[in-house]
Amino acid sequence: MRDVALRREPVPPDGTMGGPRAGGRFGEYGGRYAPESLVEACREVDEAFREAWADPGFRDALAGLLAAHAGRPTPLTPAERLSEALGVRLYLKREDLAHTGSHKINNVLGQALLATRMGRRRLIAETGAGQHGVATATAAALLGLEATVFMGERDIERQELNVFRMRMLGAEVIPVTAGSRTLKDATSEAMRHWVGATGDSHYCIGSVIGPDPYPWMVREFQRVIGDEARGQCAAELRTGVPDHVVACVGGGSNAAGTFAGFADTPARLVGVEAEGGAGAARGRLGVLHGCRSLFLQDGDGQITEAHSIAPGLDYPGVGPEHAHLRDLGRARYVTVTDDEAISAAVRLARTEGIVPALESAHALAWVIRAADEGDLPAGSAVLMTLSGRGDKDVSTLKELL
Amino acid sequence: MTNPTMTAGAVERHLRARRDAGRGLLMPYVTGGITPGWTDYLRAFADAGADAIEVGLPFSDPTLDGVTIQQAGQTALVRGASTRRILADLSGMADLGVPLVASTYYNLVQHDGPEAFCAALRRAGVGGLIVPDLPVHEADELTDVAAAAGIEPALLASPATPQPRLAEIVFRSRGFVYAVSLMGTTGERAALAVSAAQLTERIRRVTDRPVLLGFGISTPDQAREARRHADGVVVGAAVMRRVLDGAGPDDLRAFLATLRKALDQECDRPR
Ligand SMILES: Cc1ncc(COP(=O)(O)O)c(C=O)c1O
Repeated sequence: MRDVALRREPVPPDGTMGGPRAGGRFGEYGGRYAPESLVEACREVDEAFREAWADPGFRDALAGLLAAHAGRPTPLTPAERLSEALGVRLYLKREDLAHTGSHKINNVLGQALLATRMGRRRLIAETGAGQHGVATATAAALLGLEATVFMGERDIERQELNVFRMRMLGAEVIPVTAGSRTLKDATSEAMRHWVGATGDSHYCIGSVIGPDPYPWMVREFQRVIGDEARGQCAAELRTGVPDHVVACVGGGSNAAGTFAGFADTPARLVGVEAEGGAGAARGRLGVLHGCRSLFLQDGDGQITEAHSIAPGLDYPGVGPEHAHLRDLGRARYVTVTDDEAISAAVRLARTEGIVPALESAHALAWVIRAADEGDLPAGSAVLMTLSGRGDKDVSTLKELL
Repeated sequence: MTNPTMTAGAVERHLRARRDAGRGLLMPYVTGGITPGWTDYLRAFADAGADAIEVGLPFSDPTLDGVTIQQAGQTALVRGASTRRILADLSGMADLGVPLVASTYYNLVQHDGPEAFCAALRRAGVGGLIVPDLPVHEADELTDVAAAAGIEPALLASPATPQPRLAEIVFRSRGFVYAVSLMGTTGERAALAVSAAQLTERIRRVTDRPVLLGFGISTPDQAREARRHADGVVVGAAVMRRVLDGAGPDDLRAFLATLRKALDQECDRPR
């Protein structure tokens, strides 16, 4: 019998974030809408990932790299002073303390290890904030692979330091001048490049987007965030699980990894998007970069440009599994503005001594607003993934503050 | 298995008839809406001896196109081109006597819904459809309604396509089979890729549907060489580079005439 006192929400059987259905589907989303020239390459990645993920040897090797090189497990930090001010119990999952400064390293070490196993000698990546590019360059250096990173010209300007870091790590950074010159265009260009390089290169997608198996594979590589946090919450909280689990959503990888650890619990899942890049909250059904999902588009079906102060949230769509979780009502997706995110970043810096990435500041901005507006009842336990640290954003913030 | 000639649609019947008469097929491409009088290019193509004409419906994120066709699409979009306006322009034209084949990315099909999209193509006099990001295993929802609307969706085969999948592609393709000559995006190349001959030979082993070779074919010599392997060629970037450089319909007619001549010469030789 169901324990009514726990207000346990019925968890839909396919909202528990297991493997996707046949054809890489999450409900009606997902799939493999890749040009024919990439279909075989996607199939090879799929086959290799399934084998590797079922192989304890691969899992051990990855866990070893995550511990020895990336600094996992990352801590769960109670945000004491901020919690007191907000009247909730806020816990931060500290992905900002992972090596390279964000959760992106979790996925990249997984894919780089997989690429090595597949005999590939080069990683291709797209990057927005530069965090995925830096993580890719890092993993490539660590495992003796080459790295080619595509980055929109506009992002190159606003994330200069990360461009330098990538080059210092030995990666080739290729500026993308097409379209909005941000993440969407960098992703298109990386895909074009992969078409001509499938023989020796692995396309290391940085979020839970792209053709099957990427949305699923990237979520599995990121689920370490949720799995660790689940155990840490169990030790920390009387109820064992938090009432709310919150993460920012660009393509949705840190959110998917976080949610995966709690999808089978009564915790409410909240994805926070940038007002100007709200694929899940405001997108329409579409197909882009290999998958069917929700994308911002105009009345003619052209993809519109996203706008966010956080380059990692500057993507006009969202991963297919998030679209599915939204439809099921298992997760809800909300938006915050640039200004709210900036104030939240400053507030976290001053109350907890942590300068968050502007992406992560979006998640916090929602927590602050929801606590103020009573959307988060007083005393609720809130787990928030702090996806990255703010060093990359200091020059942006310097101009604004 | 049914006889493909019996079930063939208008595009395929047209291409088969010309091929069977010994003609090397020529399908030039133009981005719809690229210039105010863009449909004049179609007339020029038909005059120059095109056997079918591919009309691109520009999309904001053309992930399989190289810089030339990307730029052409961007130019058209900035001019205000849309599927609706391009199809309206086509509806206003007199019949050219050659089939029109639309090409675009799946988001635009999905946006209207495959059924409404195909019906709109049909009303505008378009007979075929190419969607490069819709591979055979995802194609059901389009192919079923396309058949009902009288639209022939041609599927793409690539040098990386394994043989059993290739058989499925050519079986499900309508109008013709689009053989992608190389592992890369659209765009002019200095030479015909080696993979072109191998791929077309693999396709021929499983079908007698017309096979058009595309991607990279830019010169009369390349067209002549392509004709040795395939039933004909698709020429896109080489056309659009000229258009972007300001070439008008007469210039394009002259350029296509050189390709036409090359294909005709190759036909005179024993195959
Ligand atoms: C720190 C940080 N957080 C979040 C994101 C957004 O990506 P995702 O939604 O895949 O976690 C990025 C992307 O660059 C990032 O750098």
